[in-house]
Amino acid sequence: QCKLDQLENQNPNVYNKTGERLVTTEEEDDNVVDEFDSREVFDLIRDITDPEHPLTLEELHVVQESLIQVDNDNNDIQVNFTPTIPHCSMATLIGLSIRVKLLRCLPARFKVKVEVTKGTHNAENAVNKQLADKERVAAALENTHLIKVINQCIASRLCLIG
Amino acid sequence: MAKLENLQTLSKHVGRVWNVSWHPKGQTFASCGEDKTIRIWSRENNSDLKWLNKVILTDGHKRTIREVSWSACGNYLASASFDTTTCIWDKKSGEFECNATLEGHENEVKSVAWSKSGRFLATCSRDKSVWIWEIADEDEYDCAAVLNAHTQDVKKVVWHPTEDILASGSYDNTIKLFKEDPTDSDWMCFATLLGHDSTVWSLSWDKEGKRLVSCSDDNTLKVWKQYLPGNSEGVATPEGQESWKCVCTLSGYHNRTIYDVSWSHLTDLIATSCGDDAIRIFREDDGCDPNAPTFSQIVCVDRAHSQDVNCISWNPVVPDVLVSGSDDEIVKTLQSY
Repeated sequence: QCKLDQLENQNPNVYNKTGERLVTTEEEDDNVVDEFDSREVFDLIRDITDPEHPLTLEELHVVQESLIQVDNDNNDIQVNFTPTIPHCSMATLIGLSIRVKLLRCLPARFKVKVEVTKGTHNAENAVNKQLADKERVAAALENTHLIKVINQCIASRLCLIG
Repeated sequence: MAKLENLQTLSKHVGRVWNVSWHPKGQTFASCGEDKTIRIWSRENNSDLKWLNKVILTDGHKRTIREVSWSACGNYLASASFDTTTCIWDKKSGEFECNATLEGHENEVKSVAWSKSGRFLATCSRDKSVWIWEIADEDEYDCAAVLNAHTQDVKKVVWHPTEDILASGSYDNTIKLFKEDPTDSDWMCFATLLGHDSTVWSLSWDKEGKRLVSCSDDNTLKVWKQYLPGNSEGVATPEGQESWKCVCTLSGYHNRTIYDVSWSHLTDLIATSCGDDAIRIFREDDGCDPNAPTFSQIVCVDRAHSQDVNCISWNPVVPDVLVSGSDDEIVKTLQSY
């Protein structure tokens, strides 16, 4: 994870992880089309590392399955994330990491909106507008330093745990 | 209800297509995008409606090319890039070459446009500024003004169809109009158009330059009208300056951000490209009040592309022919009936 001189939130609340997804027989059947659901999207982003702590977004309750909405028919996905503190300067970076991860993993047909959970950040409108501006997101992703930081946040930490 | 038919699907770009620009003669257009290339497409002959990719310009920019623009004379092509520079291409040697690079912006250049008079070029950037370049001599461009009127990222610059008047749209939700002050030849902002609730992505003038249409992240189109001092409608014109007023808001048609708008100078139709993958065409209603005009949607192609449609442009010579570009990496030519 990226190192900061000073931690903004030194003692964040840490929550338990969700268990593994239960795979149904229908999902194992190759003849049945599985639609994307909120749990699937959650599984894609839960292990993103927080830029400040060696903890996942799930463990910090930055992302939660209940704050993800998937509308398969309309190719619409809405992900709300909750910064650990209302003045978190990392909010845009966290949102970008979620966007990039979903951009890489989901089919291109999906329109993904990543927004701060209402009322949880004091600059939520500014953060949301920036995350929704695909031109600025595209420019940010061409920034080699930034994309390195984002890739570090996204990279699976299974190697460290194992 | 009119119809919009696909003429050709052109899939040469790798990565999203950001912009397309018609050559003023209407036989050629240029496209650009994420793959850092400019592709120039031409017709074999006047009767044929098929375009072929004749030229690829690959060595001008180090990052995404956001916009391309032909000069009014058709001899020059400008390209604006996220690499902070603008390149000017011409064919004087027989082949397209970059013979001038305009530097100065601190951040990504988002848009570039040539004035109809051929005297000026404008660029704008995420650094919040609009630059006016005066075309001094062959391959020589002098910075005539750095305009810091916007408070955020400037998305688009477009010149008036006949005069040296520039319009810009910004992430600060406003549109600004600029012209040269005749007393001291300084460039000034003479109007700020307030009304959009989010980013203004693009703008297009009508053929006379008395109206302007804007499109926004607030999912609306707005039509703005010029009111000169002493206008019979009684619209106030403080300090003897013309006023610009929003006379029409088209809401409820677009389901997502509207990325581009093009007002045809041949047919007066307005085409839009949208983040909901659709292309729409609007026509002004006959006999409507010029101070409160109404427009009707005459075409909506829901899945015109398989992803966001970033750009749309009417052919300046051949009526009813459009070109569009999308995140789906495809350029399409279309014909409306």
